[in-house]
Formats: sequence, C-alpha cells, structure tokens
Amino acid sequence: MAEKTMLEAVHDAMFEEMKRDERVIVMGEDVGEGGVFRATEGFVAEFGPNRCVDTPLAEAAIVGVAIGASLNGILPIAEIQFADFSHPAFDQLVSEAARLYYRSNGTWNCPITVRMPYGAGIHGGPYHSQSVEAFYAHVPGLKVVCVATPHDAKGLLKSAVRDPNPVIVLEHKKAYRLYRQELPDEDYTIPIGVAELKREGSDISLITYGMMMHHSLKAAETVHEQDGVSVEVIDLRSVSPWDKARVLESVKKTGKALVVYEDNFTGGFGAEVAATIAQDGFDYLDGPVTRLASPDVPIAPFAGELEDFILPNPEKITTAIRKLASY
Amino acid sequence: MVSVKEIPGAMGLEREQLLDLYYKMFLSRTVAQRERMLNRLGKGPFAITGEGQEATQVGATFALRPGHDWVLPYYRDIGVAITVGQTPRDLLLALLSKSEDISSGGRNMPSHFSEPKLRIVSGSAPVSTQLPHAVGVAFAAQLRGSDEVALVTTGDGGTSPGDTHEAMNFAGIHKCPVIFVVENNGYAISVRWSQQAAVPDVSVRAAGYGFPGVTVDGNDVLAVYGAAKEAVERARSGDGPTLIEAKTYRMVPHSSDDDDRRYRTREEVEAWGKKDPVVRFQKWLEEHDLVDRRKLDEIQQLAAEEIDEATEYAENAPKPAPESALERVYAD
Amino acid sequence: MTAVKEAPAALKLSDEQLLEMYYKMLLARTLSIRQRLLQRMGKGAITYSGEGHEAAQVGTAFALRPGTDWLYTYYRDIGVVLTIGMTPAEVLTGFFATRDDVNSGGRNMPSHFSHKRLRIVSQGAPVATQCPQAVGTAWASKLRGLDEVAAVYFGDGATSTGDWHEAMNFASVHKAPVIFVCEFNQYAISVHYKKQMAVENVALRAQGYGMPGITVDGNDVLAVYEAMTDAVERARGGGGPSFIEAKTYRLVPHSSDDDDRRYRTKDEVESWSARDPLVRFARRLNEMGKLDERREKEIAERVASEVDEATELGEGGARPDPESALRPVFVEEKGS
Repeated sequence: MAEKTMLEAVHDAMFEEMKRDERVIVMGEDVGEGGVFRATEGFVAEFGPNRCVDTPLAEAAIVGVAIGASLNGILPIAEIQFADFSHPAFDQLVSEAARLYYRSNGTWNCPITVRMPYGAGIHGGPYHSQSVEAFYAHVPGLKVVCVATPHDAKGLLKSAVRDPNPVIVLEHKKAYRLYRQELPDEDYTIPIGVAELKREGSDISLITYGMMMHHSLKAAETVHEQDGVSVEVIDLRSVSPWDKARVLESVKKTGKALVVYEDNFTGGFGAEVAATIAQDGFDYLDGPVTRLASPDVPIAPFAGELEDFILPNPEKITTAIRKLASY
Repeated sequence: MVSVKEIPGAMGLEREQLLDLYYKMFLSRTVAQRERMLNRLGKGPFAITGEGQEATQVGATFALRPGHDWVLPYYRDIGVAITVGQTPRDLLLALLSKSEDISSGGRNMPSHFSEPKLRIVSGSAPVSTQLPHAVGVAFAAQLRGSDEVALVTTGDGGTSPGDTHEAMNFAGIHKCPVIFVVENNGYAISVRWSQQAAVPDVSVRAAGYGFPGVTVDGNDVLAVYGAAKEAVERARSGDGPTLIEAKTYRMVPHSSDDDDRRYRTREEVEAWGKKDPVVRFQKWLEEHDLVDRRKLDEIQQLAAEEIDEATEYAENAPKPAPESALERVYAD
Repeated sequence: MTAVKEAPAALKLSDEQLLEMYYKMLLARTLSIRQRLLQRMGKGAITYSGEGHEAAQVGTAFALRPGTDWLYTYYRDIGVVLTIGMTPAEVLTGFFATRDDVNSGGRNMPSHFSHKRLRIVSQGAPVATQCPQAVGTAWASKLRGLDEVAAVYFGDGATSTGDWHEAMNFASVHKAPVIFVCEFNQYAISVHYKKQMAVENVALRAQGYGMPGITVDGNDVLAVYEAMTDAVERARGGGGPSFIEAKTYRLVPHSSDDDDRRYRTKDEVESWSARDPLVRFARRLNEMGKLDERREKEIAERVASEVDEATELGEGGARPDPESALRPVFVEEKGS
C-alpha cells in the first residue's frame, strides 16, 4: 500500500495501463513535458515520444485523431488541458465518437479515453473552471465519469482505458492534491456506472459527485454533531451511465433527497437525478427533492470573493440539509 | 514647407514618437515585472506576462489609431494594451481583481484585456477564439463604410486551432480590414514550434487565403512597426488582410504556474536575453543620438513612478462585492 | 493545373485494369442514376450522388490496396466505394435503409458509407470531421510500423472548416501516411468556390503545412490515378501526407432535396456535361484501341444487369425491426 494524491493516482493509472498494454498511448498539449498538472511526468523517458505525444494546440484534432487511431489498433488517452477547452472538440465528441458505433450498426467502435481536468475553486476564472459533465452526459454513446478521490480516479481511469466505448474522465482539479489516500499495490478497476456510499445515514440521502462530495461529507459531519441529523452521502462517480438503483434504494430508506452539484443550477446533471427521484421514488418521499448548485452565472469569476460566493460549500450544504431535515 | 530630415531606419517616425515607442515598451516591461513580483508576494493568485515580446506588441499596435481602430489581444499583450491607452493602474487592478478592474470587474483572469472606450475587445482563454471575432469586427467596419481596422494577435500555438483557419479564410474572401499578428515566441507553453507546425515560417499560410504574409524580426520594434504600418494602410484602403509573423521569444515562464526549466535550457533563455528588444531599441536610440543618459533616466523614472503609484492604488482599491458575482449575466 | 504528361504509372496499367476502371466509373454512374430514379418513385427518402465525379473517385481509389489501406469517404463517393469493393447491393441497401444494410442497418443516411472488412470507416454528416480521424488512423499505422495508408475524401466546402486545418497540420507535423483528396466541384451546395476561398487552387494551401499539394484535372481518370499513385507511394515510403485537388463538377443537384437551377445556369451545367469524364474516358480508350463498340456494349449490359439485381435485392431486403432502434448504443462487452 502506498499513499497517493489523486494526481499521482491518475499518473499511475496511465503509467500502469501503458505498461500493461502497448497499444495505450497518451496525447495532448504539453503532455510530453509532463502536462500542465504533471500527470504525465516521466512518460516520455519511460515510453518514448511515440507513446506520449505532444500535439498541436488544436482540440478537434486531438479528439478526431484519437478516434481514427482507435480504429486502427491504438488505444489513445487524449488529454484536454482543461475541460473548458473541450468545446472546440464538441463536434468530434458528440457527432463522431458518440455516434460511430450506433450509426455503423455496431461495426465500428471507438475505444478512446478523453481526460479533462474540470471544476472550480482554484482561481481559474471563467475558462479554467467549468463543469462540463451535463453536456456530455446528455449524449448517448458517451460514458462520463467524475472522479474526486485518488482511489476512484485510478480505478475508473483504468476502466475507461479498457472500455470499448468512448469514455470522458472528468478529474476535479481541486481534488488533485487535496489529500493522500492509501491505494492497493495490485491492479484494480472500478466499474463505470456504480455509485459509492461514502457515508451511511438514515435521515437524508445526499447525492453528489466531484468536489461537492468532499464538501458534502464535511457538512454531513457538522449536522451529525450539531443537530443529530444522519445524512447518507452517495458519490455517483459516474454520470453516464449513472447508478439510479443505488440512489433510489437510499431514498427509499431515508425518504429525503438532497442533490448537490457544482455546475449551474439549471440543466445541471443534478436536475436529472432529482427528476428521476421525483418520478420513480415519489412514494418514498417525505420532503421536496432538493437541489443545491451554483447559481446561473458563468463559472467561475476570477476574484476569490466572487468565486467563493457562487460555489456551493460546506456551509451552504449544511443550511440546505437543515432546511430539508425540518420537513 | 520646411523639410524635416528623416531619421534613417525610423520608418518615418519622428523623435518624439520614437521616444514614446520606447516609453511604452519600457512601461510594458515594468508592469509585467511588477505583476510577477506581486504574484510572488502572494498578492494576486495568477500572473501571465510576455517580457521579451514588447517590440512585437508595441511596434504593431503603434501603427493603429488608438480608440478608432480595434484591438483583440491575447493574454500576453500588456504592450498592446499599454499602447492603445490602458494604464498600469488598469492592469494592476485586473491583476489584483479589484472592483474597479475595467477589463472584467474581477471576473476574468488578469491580462485578459478589455475596454470598450479604447476598442479593446474582451478575450477568453481558449486559444484563438478572438480571431473570428476580429474578422467580424473588421467585416462590420467594412459593411458600415468606416475606415476602422482591427488588429488581432495570437501566439504560435494559436495558429493550430481551427478557429484561426476559419478566420483567415473568411477575411481573405471578404477582404476584411484586419491585421493578424502571430507573436511566434517558439513555444506553446512547453510545445516547440517544430511540434506545432511542419513549416519554418507560418506566414507562408497567408498565400493559401489569398492575402500577403510576412515574417519579421519580432525583437526589432521598427521592423514590426514598418510591417504593421503597411498592413494597416492596406486594410484601411480596402485591400484586405495581412498576416504578420513576428519571431520573438518569451523571456519568462508561460505564467506564474509554469516552470520553464522543464522544457528549455538556461543557455537558450540567456541567449535570447542578449536580444532583449527593450535594450536593443534603447541602444538604437542612443546610436542615433536621440537620447542621452539623462533622458533615459527621466523616462525610466517616469515609468517607475507610474508603476509605484498604480501598485499603491490597486492594492488599496476595494475588492468586488461578493454578490456582484450574480450580476450582468444578461444585458438589460 | 499540373498537366499529366505521359502518365508513367497510368501507362503501366494493363488493358484489363483500364477496362476495369471504365467499368467502375460506369457502374458508379448507373447506380447513382438508379438511386435518384428510385427516390423520385418514392422508394427512398433521400439520395446523394456525384455524377461527374467518377474520374476523381475511381482514379484515386484505384491506386489503393482494397482491404489494407483505409478510406474515409464522404457522401458523394459511390465511385470510391465501388472501386474498393463494395457491391451495388451494399450501396442500395443503404439507400433502402434495410435491416441488413452493411453501412448502418438503416441508421445513417444513404451514401454515408461504412464497410469494416474493406476498411471504409463510417462517416458523419458534419463536413470534414473525417479528416482528423483519417489522420489518426494513418498515424496509428505509422506508430505500429505498418505500411497501410489512409485516403480521406471531401469537397471544396470542407476546406473551410477548422477540422480540415487541424487535420492537415497534425498530419504534416507527425508525417502521417494520409492522402487528402479534395473533389473540387466548385459548389458547396449552392455556394460557389469564390465565396468559399480567396484562391483559385486550394492545393496552394498544402505548402503552408509543408506537404506537397497538386491540382489535377479531376475529369481525367488517368491523370487522377497518376497523382494518387505518387501520393500513395510517398505516404507508404514514409514521406508523409499529400494533398490532391481534383477539379471536377457535379452534374446533378446536391441531393434529391436540392434544386440546382437556383444557383447555377443551365449553360454552365451543359458546358461541363460536354466534359463528362465517362464519355471522355470511353473516347480515350477507344482511341487507344482498348475499347470497341462490342466491349462497350458488353460492359454496359453487365452494369445494367448488376444494378437491376442490386435494386431487386435492396427493394426486397428485410425492414429493420423498429425496436432495434434502441441498439447498439454501447459495446456491451469487450469488443476490440
């Protein structure tokens, strides 16, 4: 067992996959020198410049070239430097990677992994902070995971590399160096689409993912100590496909659901979770299905005061829990 | 009319203009250095500058009519912003993301310049998205029958995105009055030019869009000014766009979050340090007897005072009200 | 425009190969006409075809190794896919959107070709998205040490897109063995090339990426074959990508939904009909003493019966099960 940060876990996942299978390569901007977050540190030395490839600064090409290479015996892990920069590649992701298998009636599949650091809270301003999971979770044919712990990052990234479908791996960049976690020495994967109970509880089901999971655990601790409210925290980890069964099972037990996400309130992925609970879990409910998210302003303004004001945090989550608990 | 003797090699600029050019370069350098220092002191979370690129930035912009022509800079363009009229105070208010920050009120990152009065169009971080905007601005000027031109800059990495191609193609077809300036500093963060393109000079691409492309020494402010002047004249007279590639070097890391020792040698950086465009222009002015030590001291002192005043002002300026984050998502 | 002088590669073609070329061109033409006819009879929702492009399509595809080299076609490329080995029935099942349609099982539009065994990669409709993908496939061949090349096809409109630029740039930086084939027919639907670009020959752009670019008479099948053979050899030999601009003309509307009288004159269309690549090649073969009236008739009869047979197969093909629309969105088990 070794203690790793999430960033090291991401590094190790790719490193080990490249060792395991020589078809795996990484490609993206600055990856040759280790990447702006240092996720590919030492890769060129280990695997050579043909397996850790600096690309021109052109995201449509990064994804489009990865698609084509994946059809010809290569398993590319494409890095988009910031999720905000995936928009120039939207066409390749949504119209191409996602649709290739279906439109060819199952003859061509596209086993690419697209990694994107995402999320706010690091003074990234409006272009290094966005949550993009709702865009991509909306698209059949793409799988989307959102990781925020070292253990999950490593296991899910490995699953993504081994998946025969296109998988977008969203790594919350604020969680990259948040803490260290002991990781197994042996190879492991975590199935895509399976949520994890991060804290057991009986009064409220709190469904979340990404950085908000860490904030939610703090809030759950606070209300447990101060109010005696028992909150069950479920980390979705994958948003497409997502673990509806696990969520409904929890809501059946607690009768209350709070969905917390960092993205804008309107049309964020949490809206899908809330709608599903409302439709399929109506009989279990003792209170309104509640969402807590960022207000509908571009995420995120650069100034610390402005950014802090809009993002959900443990205090805001605590308040939301208390309100829901009072029903 | 009294004939004024032209200063050889000065591209038609007179002494006062040449001194102004120098002042703007020196001031740009000073602001950049101050920004990085303030960042290291923990006073701003992020700084992004372009020391070494002042000749390109100031030289190209100097050919414009500030406030009349449009500029769409990228995030290294302190020299562009200064030349069209932003002040060190404006720039430092943005660095420290203060309420009065004219570029964005603390919403955008520092060095993402914006000021409608000066016709500096707000830019984003995804590289080269400003190029189609510049073409649109120029196209509109053309449609309105105005003689305004637009100058847009990007880095060498900025030549790769599809937006750049689409912008240049559109500009070529419609003969838009736009000047594309590529500040080719050899690196897109860590990625070398040879990994970015398979041609030595990107200006060769202009021919494929049906307009002229030139490569100039981007550390020679007068060469850049000369190329830009010609391009502006072309644009203003209805002859369409020009691509200017200025070969230069970023003497500092990409940003306050970057460590450039990972990807380039100290020898390389030092070799370019010897070609410092500010020092080079200063020498040129001295060689042409346009300044003496006293005059230089005066100019440098002026810049220092301005930057100190700006620092003090910006540091004491109020932070934005947190709830202002909710405002101005839509125009009224 | 580069004139093909003595066409050394073309001169190496055997009589059989020359007649095969002619046969493929006629097959492409006849099948296209049949599709448009069937569409007008209400038997299919839409057709795309490229009558007039046959020389550009067959001439380029003829220089490739079917099943080894990779193809990224666009929606006019009936001539390309037939040359590589798709059957008329495989094309028409796409038109009829049958259950067993090899291209997509009725999921994609007609003429959006896909055939895994022949390495024809499924295509989307947004223009030029196939360009970076072709570069990726070619680059993978290079990384794997294979001598396979990729050919990617598109029209003149596609050269305006960001994807095209990014693909050209990536290919040249990484010396990917890919051949970019622009079927320059002067119109992106209704938009004339003068509104698409400010240059006469788009091949000029290749120099901006450090790759060879050639403009060739796209209605001269041997000239096209010659240019493509050079480019393929270059790619296979590690010399990197090439760009071929084949100047041609679409003799028919953009699609069955388009009325080209809106945007071009009858005179213009007629002047290009006079340069019909099929007629031109037949005449040339005749002059070379390779195609007499009897052979011509034989080939025409063969083509007609093949197209009739394919029509029957397509029309009689099983319809897809409606609920199969729900599949296959994801590979459910380890596929590749």
